[in-house]
Amino acid sequence: MRRDIFQAIADPTRRAIIGLIALQAMTPNALAEHFDTSRQAVSKHIKILTECELIKQEQQGREIYYSLELEKMKEIDRWLEQFRTMWETRFNQLDEVLSTLKNQKK
Amino acid sequence: MNNDLLFDFTVDKAAQTVFITREFAADIALVWDAYTKQEILDQWWAPKPFASKTKVMNFEVGGRRFYAMVSPDGQERWAVQRYTSITPKTNFTLLNAFADKDENPELPGSEWDLRFSEQNGTTTVNISIYNESLERMEKMIEMGFKEGFSMTMKNLEELLARLSQEQEKKLATT
Repeated sequence: MRRDIFQAIADPTRRAIIGLIALQAMTPNALAEHFDTSRQAVSKHIKILTECELIKQEQQGREIYYSLELEKMKEIDRWLEQFRTMWETRFNQLDEVLSTLKNQKK
Repeated sequence: MNNDLLFDFTVDKAAQTVFITREFAADIALVWDAYTKQEILDQWWAPKPFASKTKVMNFEVGGRRFYAMVSPDGQERWAVQRYTSITPKTNFTLLNAFADKDENPELPGSEWDLRFSEQNGTTTVNISIYNESLERMEKMIEMGFKEGFSMTMKNLEELLARLSQEQEKKLATT
């Protein structure tokens, strides 16, 4: 299944997980303690986040730690930035059109 | 040439709305025409290298603009904008939806509100776009920006803010 970052952030529990591991790398147990839902439910969300490449896991001794892929998070901002740029370009073009129209009137 | 003209772009996630404000160095009549006349709209609506091609446009309440953004290799992305209210040289609203080439809309669309005002020869246009239908945009706007999640999100925002000045600016406005 194709997954992307926008799918990852479409769910409140996943957003909460992102918020937690953004502060520090955490083990699955430590993460699960922050939620009322079952550990299984939390693992399911972690699995989706991993598939979206939003979080990575690292083995430290006997424990697995999850941490955030910051580069991936920046994709959201970049996407918004594209939307903003589209409008900016559009408006700059309108400036030119308006300027031309004004000159024609004179 | 237009560095002194205000441009503001804000995503209000709680209100699921994008707010865009822009000033133009022209009187309100001209700016109004630029937004409401097909032959002028097609000159600026599509960001280059795309081209705007309007197939149908009747600017009246209940009327519509059916147009395409055409890519340099000729691919067409159609959309329909249906006008829901018009107050000449002041305001108009529309429902925007992407469509296929036969004008079948992809719902849900988004609700647009465009306001025009003039001061000392400069015209300000305020655009609000509610619930943009573009799939990613919807998810963007959905993304927790609901109440109750703000604390966690704030941590994340602070973290991301450190990553770049530009991000900081944007996140602070939300």
